[in-house]
Amino acid sequence: MTETQAHIVVEDLTMAYGDFVIQRDLDFTINRGDIFIIMGGSGCGKSTLLRHFIGLKSPARGRVLYEGVSFWEADHETQENLMRRMGVLYQSGALWSSMTLAENVALALQEYTTLNPGDIREIVSLKLALVGLAGFEDFYPSEISGGMRKRAGLARAMALDPEILFFDEPSAGLDPISAKLLDDLILEIRESLGATIVVVTHELASIFDIGNNSVFLDPETKTMIAVGDPKRLLAESEDPRVVRFLTRGKDGREGQAA
Amino acid sequence: MESKPEKPEFQCQRPSDRVVAIQFSGAWLIDAAIPDFQTLREALGDPAQTDTLTFNATRLTGWDSKFLAFLLKIHQYCQKQNIVVEDEGLPDGVRRMLHLATAVPERQGARREAARESLLVRAGRMAESSWQAVVSGLVFTGEVTASFIRTITGRTRFPWRDFGVLLQNCGSQALPIISLISILVGLILAFVGAVQLKMFGAQIFVANLVGLAMAREMGAMMAAIIMAGRTGAAFAAQLGTMQVNEEIDALVTMGISPTDYLVLPRMLALVLMLPLLCLYANLMGILGGVIVGTGLLDLPLKQYLVQTQAAVGLGDFLVGVVKSAIFGVIVAMAGCMRGMQCGRSAMAVGAAATSAVVTAIVYIIVADAVITVICDIIGV
Repeated sequence: MTETQAHIVVEDLTMAYGDFVIQRDLDFTINRGDIFIIMGGSGCGKSTLLRHFIGLKSPARGRVLYEGVSFWEADHETQENLMRRMGVLYQSGALWSSMTLAENVALALQEYTTLNPGDIREIVSLKLALVGLAGFEDFYPSEISGGMRKRAGLARAMALDPEILFFDEPSAGLDPISAKLLDDLILEIRESLGATIVVVTHELASIFDIGNNSVFLDPETKTMIAVGDPKRLLAESEDPRVVRFLTRGKDGREGQAA
Repeated sequence: MESKPEKPEFQCQRPSDRVVAIQFSGAWLIDAAIPDFQTLREALGDPAQTDTLTFNATRLTGWDSKFLAFLLKIHQYCQKQNIVVEDEGLPDGVRRMLHLATAVPERQGARREAARESLLVRAGRMAESSWQAVVSGLVFTGEVTASFIRTITGRTRFPWRDFGVLLQNCGSQALPIISLISILVGLILAFVGAVQLKMFGAQIFVANLVGLAMAREMGAMMAAIIMAGRTGAAFAAQLGTMQVNEEIDALVTMGISPTDYLVLPRMLALVLMLPLLCLYANLMGILGGVIVGTGLLDLPLKQYLVQTQAAVGLGDFLVGVVKSAIFGVIVAMAGCMRGMQCGRSAMAVGAAATSAVVTAIVYIIVADAVITVICDIIGV
């Protein structure tokens, strides 16, 4: 596995709801093993960009390439195959409320593998243990806390050992310690599994802690205005909008980078 | 893509007296048939003879969650038997993941044991919950009454805008389905009557039969049942979803009573609209009778209408209209109550909608029976 192998390439992407353009002319590359941050102010289209990645919304123009395969031009079967290799953690977990945690994690395994129920149970227990929820197999999502729901969502996203993991605001609604633990978990998963990770966030601590590549979307000009390692952006960016964002609105650069 | 992966296997060795070394080989992947854990346990021999477990993964060609799940089982087994696990021999990623999986110990008491309860306990629980249901029904009725008094005395702001939308929803938008069902009910009644009455040459009394049945019973009943399925279920689902999204909590914390703001407008809208829908249903039902009477029985239209007019008095219509107002209260109460009592999950919303319809229909029929008996006694 070479260091800079392109995994996801975004080419000339324009996103729009009907006539209303959210972002235009997006061009960037996510390399294999990256922890890629999609950042920007509220309403700039971060989550919409994520929806283009995970196959929920088609682009108005442009392409999203997975290892050279254009997702939105591929046939249905190819799309399903690609989607099976992705895991998504939604903002509030999006666990199916009528199923226990174990059933939530097991669903994809039941659908897409030929494992017997015993093996599925073991793998489900492993995934829940990985996110620190050992023993909570038979709980319903409504019976656990928000942070636990998020971790259970991560266990579900990892069910099929995905090559790419998408996180929508992983630390939103978590206390700082839980947020840090989740960040550590993300790093650990990247290190151990070599997965590519795409994170939508505006949590500065997370951005600098885990991100090694990023794109900055600007709601005013409706396009990306910076791309690269967030720490380098903080140190070197000439764009005042990027610097203001990365320094929490202060104009100086002192004392932010970790 | 690649050549067939090697078969996943392991071998146990005893390099020294109290140490067992497990050597993994092949690809331990999710689709592969990995060895049974039981065979490993047998290969380990007597756990009392072993202090330490080591691994050698130099010949391991691939791994994923399945391998980790297997290792986790070894880990749990060793923990139980007080055997030290040395994981140096495993690939780096595996060690990290295993460390992660064992970092948070299982919370004591979190795992659930399915407790079997005796029949008596279950019966008691059921009795308790039935009583709770009665109490909560009474509480809800009381709240709605209090809210109604607050509203008519002007001590709370009434959401007129929402009310308008609700009136439209419970009224004009229901007309197409009410038309269809009522015409068909009129047709059916006329058909059933025609077959019998024709034998006596008394076809003309089809008009009496259809007119009276629609005005006193079927108009109100059919309109109420349609509205239970259409609007009662919608009320339950709306309020239930608001409960799930914490929208109702938001109203409460702002000091706005959800009963005043959400329940009462819905109830009033339905109670006002259902009698109108009932009258409309009566008319449509009689139209159904006319279709059979003039089309099938060759009765002149005018004669049919005159016969209907003579047979059905204003009092008969009044009975139906009063009934339908009561049914309106029942449908709206059932829908709103189930919605407000809804749990916080998608499944609970579904259950609330179902139970709203079932509750409404059961009580509509019960109320209809009671009112019919009362009418008979007082001679209306």
